[in-house]
Amino acid sequence: MTVARAMTECLKAEGISVLFGYPGAAICPFYDELYKSDIKHILVRHEVNAGHAASGYARITGKPAVCVATSGPGALNLITAIATAYMDSVPMVIITGQVNSEQIGRDVFQEADITGSAEPFVKHSYLLKRPEDTAEVFKRAFYIAGTGRRGPVLIDVPFDVQQSEIDFEYPETVDIRSYRPSTKGNGFQIKRAINVLKESKRPLICAGGGLFTGNGAALMREFAKKADIPVVSTMMGLGAMPSDSGLYFGMMGMHGKKAANYAVNQCDALFLFGARVGDRAIAAMEQRKNFTVVHIDIDPAEIGKNIEANVPIVGDITLVLEQLTEQLDAVIAEQGAFSHADWLHTLDERRGELPTEPAEKGFVNPKSFICELDRQLPAHSVVVADVGQNQIWTAANISLKDGRFLTSGGMGTMGYSLPAAIGAKCADSEACVVAVCGDGSFQMQMNEIATAVQHGINVKIIVMRNRWLGMVREVQERAYGNRLIAVSLDGSPDFTKIAEAYGIESMLVDSEESAAEGIQKMLKSDKPFLLDVAVPEFEKTIL
Amino acid sequence: MKHTISVLVENHAGVLARVAGLFARRGFNIDSLAVGVTDDEKVSRITIVADGSDYTLEQIEKQLNKLIDVIKVKTLSPDSMVPRELILIKINCTAKQRPEILSICELFHGKISDISANSVTIEMSDSVQNINNFEELLRPYGIKEIVRTGTIAIQKGEAAVTVKN
Repeated sequence: MTVARAMTECLKAEGISVLFGYPGAAICPFYDELYKSDIKHILVRHEVNAGHAASGYARITGKPAVCVATSGPGALNLITAIATAYMDSVPMVIITGQVNSEQIGRDVFQEADITGSAEPFVKHSYLLKRPEDTAEVFKRAFYIAGTGRRGPVLIDVPFDVQQSEIDFEYPETVDIRSYRPSTKGNGFQIKRAINVLKESKRPLICAGGGLFTGNGAALMREFAKKADIPVVSTMMGLGAMPSDSGLYFGMMGMHGKKAANYAVNQCDALFLFGARVGDRAIAAMEQRKNFTVVHIDIDPAEIGKNIEANVPIVGDITLVLEQLTEQLDAVIAEQGAFSHADWLHTLDERRGELPTEPAEKGFVNPKSFICELDRQLPAHSVVVADVGQNQIWTAANISLKDGRFLTSGGMGTMGYSLPAAIGAKCADSEACVVAVCGDGSFQMQMNEIATAVQHGINVKIIVMRNRWLGMVREVQERAYGNRLIAVSLDGSPDFTKIAEAYGIESMLVDSEESAAEGIQKMLKSDKPFLLDVAVPEFEKTIL
Repeated sequence: MKHTISVLVENHAGVLARVAGLFARRGFNIDSLAVGVTDDEKVSRITIVADGSDYTLEQIEKQLNKLIDVIKVKTLSPDSMVPRELILIKINCTAKQRPEILSICELFHGKISDISANSVTIEMSDSVQNINNFEELLRPYGIKEIVRTGTIAIQKGEAAVTVKN
């Protein structure tokens, strides 16, 4: 068979039933085989969104998702999405077309060195030069993307290679001598971690995004409960601990909750579970010296990178948590149950929200809007926040019961929410999937409404419109003497008319009452729906 | 502080670019880099001399290990390695000057690899320090060109950095 055919066979063998892409001449042999296969292709409206949609899909399934683009500009447009996935450890396989093998390096039409350009942002990449390597390369790509610290893997396939004839057999196993992702934690360090816990009066768990990629959230909850330890979360870890749990004190860091940051400041032992504690999260603990850090991560390079670890544990979060729980059970059997009642009581006293002031007439307060959304959302929901003020308002006020919160945490990529929501909905058709964005980020991705309409993907879009690039404006207000430049969004269209033009329902929300009504209407609809939410122009995220 | 790192990699196209790119984008400074195949033709060894703190070295090792094509990373201890560099140096040399230049070569175990009426090319291999000294002694004659390979190094005694151990 041809390599192009073998590529679809590889995807089938990996259980891929849907992929996101945008065709072009150099990838046409592969598309011709897609035509003959059962794999569903979702046509996005810009290549970067094929990447973001695959990211949303992969975050829900936990398995590598696939996106496709053609050579040159098509592939290059994917780079931001690849980097976004890399920063957030999202498993993804990216397939790009390439010009004919013998033309590589001659600057022919639509040629770009995509493996070279994407190198800093991929876990690994392949330029498939030898047709007979196809099966092995695909097998390895999926294995690398979906194991260890997850990440994107790129396969670049020249046009002539796609047309070559090969004998095809998909390998059952894969063995890469230079890639052996660690699994179990070191037994000695596990014991040390439990000793830290035994001696600690004020322990704290910081839940990171690794609990989702490593599928360890449930075990973490059980561990926290058994050891009676309070939990805070990074932005990527939101939802790992249900927000109605008495042990949960919210998101830490620059935009975090008061109680959470107080806990980080006062704890005497910090257990980092799959959190790399990026610079925005670490803000609260930079001054700290006199506490013990137990850092659990699958990537040894993250341990000791941003924060010094006293007890480093490299391993798969699920396996490490199993090991920790086993040791914990033994300690409990010996010494009785753990209780940190005083510590929890101290933290409880720091709970409580700043009162939300009602917005002036014609607007709705963004925090009360998200709280109202939270009240009405079904338990099984996926909320995708974009980047900017909307992200902070959403992250801080959404509570998650049996759902997921997705956002571009590491890269902070604007325009992520709608395509990622489309991907998430494709992965979990039962879930209610909502994209929350600002009027800045919406205008980077509104073309993707067409994707949702064309493929009948029922996603909800909330545009928090304040007519500004609000986050940058806040920076200019604070640090640049209120000299506002290039942050006004004057000239933006009427978003309800945009919705109408795409043939989807919409509603304007400009009061608390219309917020409740609009959300209800949106959630009742079984089609894509847009809420145009007028929020006060100068509402801030940092108080 | 200088660190000498021995890296075994799969002998594929593009591996060197990956390793060099990693140093560049993570802000690690490379003093020298030398590549060659090992006794197993599928495996190459890259010897890197890099400058940085202990934190930087730890990050270099960890980030290198994350590259899929990297099989093994080992930082060689200065006390227990034999570091060598090769220099090719072309200097001005008249027939009259030959004897004295030859005597310097002899002292440093340098070898004349090419000679012309008014120049001589010498090859010499030693530690970086001795090569620098050699270079300084030859400088007064007028250096026309210098080519240096960068350091390669091997552990003393029976220890070896191989795929297996």
